Amino acid sequence: MVSDGIVTGALTLACSDFELFDIPPRFQIDPVALDQLWKQLQRQVHPDHFSSQGAADKLLAMQWSVRVNEAYQRLKNPLRRAAYLCELNGAPIRAEDNTAMPHAFLIQQIQWREELDEATDAPAIEALQQQMSAEKQQLLQQCADAIDIRSDWTQAAQSVRALMFIERFEHDLDNRLERLDNN
Amino acid sequence: MALLQISEPGQAPDPHARRIAIGIDLGTTHSLVASVRNGVAECLPDDQGRVILPSAVRYLGNGKRAIGHDALAAQAEDPQNTIVSVKRFMGRGVADIANATQLPYELIDKPGMLSLQTIEGEKSPVEVSAEILATLRQRAEDTFNNDIYGAVITVPAYFDDAQRQATKDAAQMAGLNVLRLINEPTAAAIAYGLDNASEGIYAVYDLGGGTFDVSILRLSQGVFEVMATGGDSALGGDDYDRALADVVLTATGRSLSNAADKSRMLTSARACKQALSDSTEYVFQVELSDGAINHKVTRAEFEACTQHLTRKTLQAVKKALRDANLQPTDIQGVVMVGGSTRMPHVQSAVGELLQCQPLNNVNPDEVVALGAAIQANQLSGNNPNGELLLLDVIPLSLGIETMGGLVERIVPRNQTIPTAMAQDFTTYQDGQTALALHVVQGERDLVVDCRSLARFELRGIPPMAAGAARIRVTFTVDADGLLSVDAIETNSGVQAHIDVKPSYGLSDDQIAAMLQDSFHTAEYDKNARALAEARLEADRMWLAAQSALNADEHLLTADEAAVIRALMKDVLAAKSLETPAAIEAATDALAKGTEAFAAARMNDGIRKALAGKHIGAM
Repeated sequence: MVSDGIVTGALTLACSDFELFDIPPRFQIDPVALDQLWKQLQRQVHPDHFSSQGAADKLLAMQWSVRVNEAYQRLKNPLRRAAYLCELNGAPIRAEDNTAMPHAFLIQQIQWREELDEATDAPAIEALQQQMSAEKQQLLQQCADAIDIRSDWTQAAQSVRALMFIERFEHDLDNRLERLDNN
Repeated sequence: MALLQISEPGQAPDPHARRIAIGIDLGTTHSLVASVRNGVAECLPDDQGRVILPSAVRYLGNGKRAIGHDALAAQAEDPQNTIVSVKRFMGRGVADIANATQLPYELIDKPGMLSLQTIEGEKSPVEVSAEILATLRQRAEDTFNNDIYGAVITVPAYFDDAQRQATKDAAQMAGLNVLRLINEPTAAAIAYGLDNASEGIYAVYDLGGGTFDVSILRLSQGVFEVMATGGDSALGGDDYDRALADVVLTATGRSLSNAADKSRMLTSARACKQALSDSTEYVFQVELSDGAINHKVTRAEFEACTQHLTRKTLQAVKKALRDANLQPTDIQGVVMVGGSTRMPHVQSAVGELLQCQPLNNVNPDEVVALGAAIQANQLSGNNPNGELLLLDVIPLSLGIETMGGLVERIVPRNQTIPTAMAQDFTTYQDGQTALALHVVQGERDLVVDCRSLARFELRGIPPMAAGAARIRVTFTVDADGLLSVDAIETNSGVQAHIDVKPSYGLSDDQIAAMLQDSFHTAEYDKNARALAEARLEADRMWLAAQSALNADEHLLTADEAAVIRALMKDVLAAKSLETPAAIEAATDALAKGTEAFAAARMNDGIRKALAGKHIGAM
């Protein structure tokens, strides 16, 4: 449906996120431009513009607005965007039943967890946060290479799984920091 | 002199006729109504020129009641029947109310939501709120000498689903057509942002009488995008009053023995708090049944005994910043909303945390109602080329109970609405044919720590081995922030749906009955009412079709357009009939007949939005 950046044929709720936003299905995207597209689309489909219309229009607006938000959230988040691209290209992440990770990564995980257990103050946790952020950058770069340059979907999916571990760990770091703050 | 025009009988009214739309700030301590007149939003005054209506309802017996200033005036002499701060009870049970014993009311515990015992019998917080809303509706009708097309009602951003639903029910009970529920800080941001042509990232710090909200918004070219929100729906100026009252009682070795004293004590505490915003010391004065209290309080003492409350609000601000992935220095300005932000120590604490001067050049009491009025004007179609677009979020996570009393989150907090999210579940036992679904809201991992919103069952699942069934549960949150839930077993297609209505269980019929009972002075005959509503809906549909044709007829073939025109003609003809069902049938036919046109218009709109904008090329 997307050819040379020109939309052809009817858009449906079943179109891919990339088709809906009319952008090429690549990992590297411009977040500022994505943001603008999201707002332009919501200007057209948001239920607020249909509140004085008939029930059919309202329902349609609701469905499209939900769909546009869904696509935006997935495209905006690099991890989810990478996972989505893997899925579209026949390499689903299957996080729930595929947890096989390289040995070195698992050892690294355990070390980080231990460091978190031993951390007692905010600076120690913030140091870990910085480490995670660097680790994440590196993995995202791997994703970009695997997807946009080499089309190596197995490698891309592997990087996505590693990123999911890190994201969960970052979530735990946030929680710890919040608990410290509230005490 | 130009001659005035009169339309032909039966002809639809001018599609460009202005609809009167209002914004209502239904506050804990006071409420306001505003509307856009001649392009400017303004609060509507009562017949004595006062814009503020105290959120107080006094039941006098024999079906009589006093509302607002009159109710408040009698608070000390009749505390039990004078309901103030009813917002704190919306969608709440007795167990949810902190310091319930300090209140001068007799609270009755009921499933879903408590009731208040008054001289008029049991009153639900929804009914009490409806009295306040109906008073404001009346004020607006008197101002415009016309019917109100619809209203936007504001709610604290941190209100959960039960509190939102209760607010919407109250508005419907007051005879208002609810265009939208919007969040108070978002409304404030609209009024402030449009007034000051602001762009960038702003925080709104909204400390009202009984609720606290913080929202972080990005403002750009008329788009108000909420990035994160947080707060506490049971923390506000009332708590500062109570803390002060406690300190004075302890210092003077006194205690309160009856409802009237409790009420007087809180009223004096409020006066003292307000005075301490302007001066550094004040003599706390109150006349209690066992003698007077005259006790000097300094501003420093007041600040010390309420510091923990201010700190709680700052924690919520920090959490919202974290959720939005921002640092305090990313905030360009903080808009102060709610009367409680007049306290100097609140102002300085917020300014210090966010490292910027708090903005309060729009009246903190009025700013929410003004923003709601602007949004109401937009939603009623009075401003078709308006640039305003609100992208708000859901404040609290939504999830489902799983084995072991744990919560599985389905929609995380701060998700942009409207949204729909799904998750797959399965059965626990072999041959299990039904599934009990318990919908909860909150951030904690255990069900007991979250708010229960609804329970429903999916029945008729064909017997399978444990774990073989695939049950997809979809949560849909609409633009009002209200939830509905669908469950489907994907192998068999068995499904169930629930609109999450809190279990205090006012059915639509009950609401309609109460509406008839208490808020319509004129005796409506049921058929006349149904007929009027059917005609109104027919008008709406006709106008919607006409404006769609005006805008986008080029998307239709001549034949398709002719079909729609014929259906529109049928609607006009049906309007003169006396049977509501016949009018509804014609309206429905037009609605059905324009479905494909609506879809084509939506597609066209999306394509226009994308025309010439390509990320790949950037």
